[in-house]
Amino acid sequence: MRVLVQEASFDLGSVTEAFADAVAGAGAVVTFTGVVRDADTGDMAAMEIEHYPGMTQKALEKIASEAMTRWDLADALVIHRYGRLEPGERIMMVATAARHRKDAFEAAEFLMDYLKSRAPFWKKEVLRDGEAEWVAAKDADEDALKRW
Amino acid sequence: MDVLYFAWVRERIGLPRERVETTAATVSDLVEELRAREPRYAAAFADISALRVALDQELSDFDAPLEGVREVAFFPPMTGG
Repeated sequence: MRVLVQEASFDLGSVTEAFADAVAGAGAVVTFTGVVRDADTGDMAAMEIEHYPGMTQKALEKIASEAMTRWDLADALVIHRYGRLEPGERIMMVATAARHRKDAFEAAEFLMDYLKSRAPFWKKEVLRDGEAEWVAAKDADEDALKRW
Repeated sequence: MDVLYFAWVRERIGLPRERVETTAATVSDLVEELRAREPRYAAAFADISALRVALDQELSDFDAPLEGVREVAFFPPMTGG
């Protein structure tokens, strides 16, 4: 299990390949990647991601540990970036490996649902006209936790 | 104790962290003390339901006791992923 909180970008191909190589024999590898999309309204220049440095790593490790406990996983990886990102840049990724795909898919969804609402990150959309707005948490994201 | 603010809470109050001397028994008591300080604090803490709190970097509740706590953080609901 590995959790990386970083400002720098990451190479999706090499990270995924290294993860898959390390769990060779597991049978199933699932990855999800979050990408900065354009703002719902207006022309977005950047997404600024703030986090709580002392807490972020611990919170993500707790979520990843929970996933390792609940599902029969060979390994799990979470990478989440912070700082100023432009549309099209990768924000985060999760990867899970298991003997069977059901465990890998479910654990990846669990990781995504929890890190959306329980990891201390806050997104701000900065538009090209200089306006900036904090992204509001969605009720649907909180509701998504109930299924676990 | 150290009190930290993130996202729009930080922006409304105008600083990321500060040292607060308090005898507040619970998080809610601390919020009342902060609200009474200045309008910018009152604005940041106007609606508690729009806020979350962490005690020593663990998510907690507003009725949680503060005894022994070294770091309190206030922030809006998280938007990771």
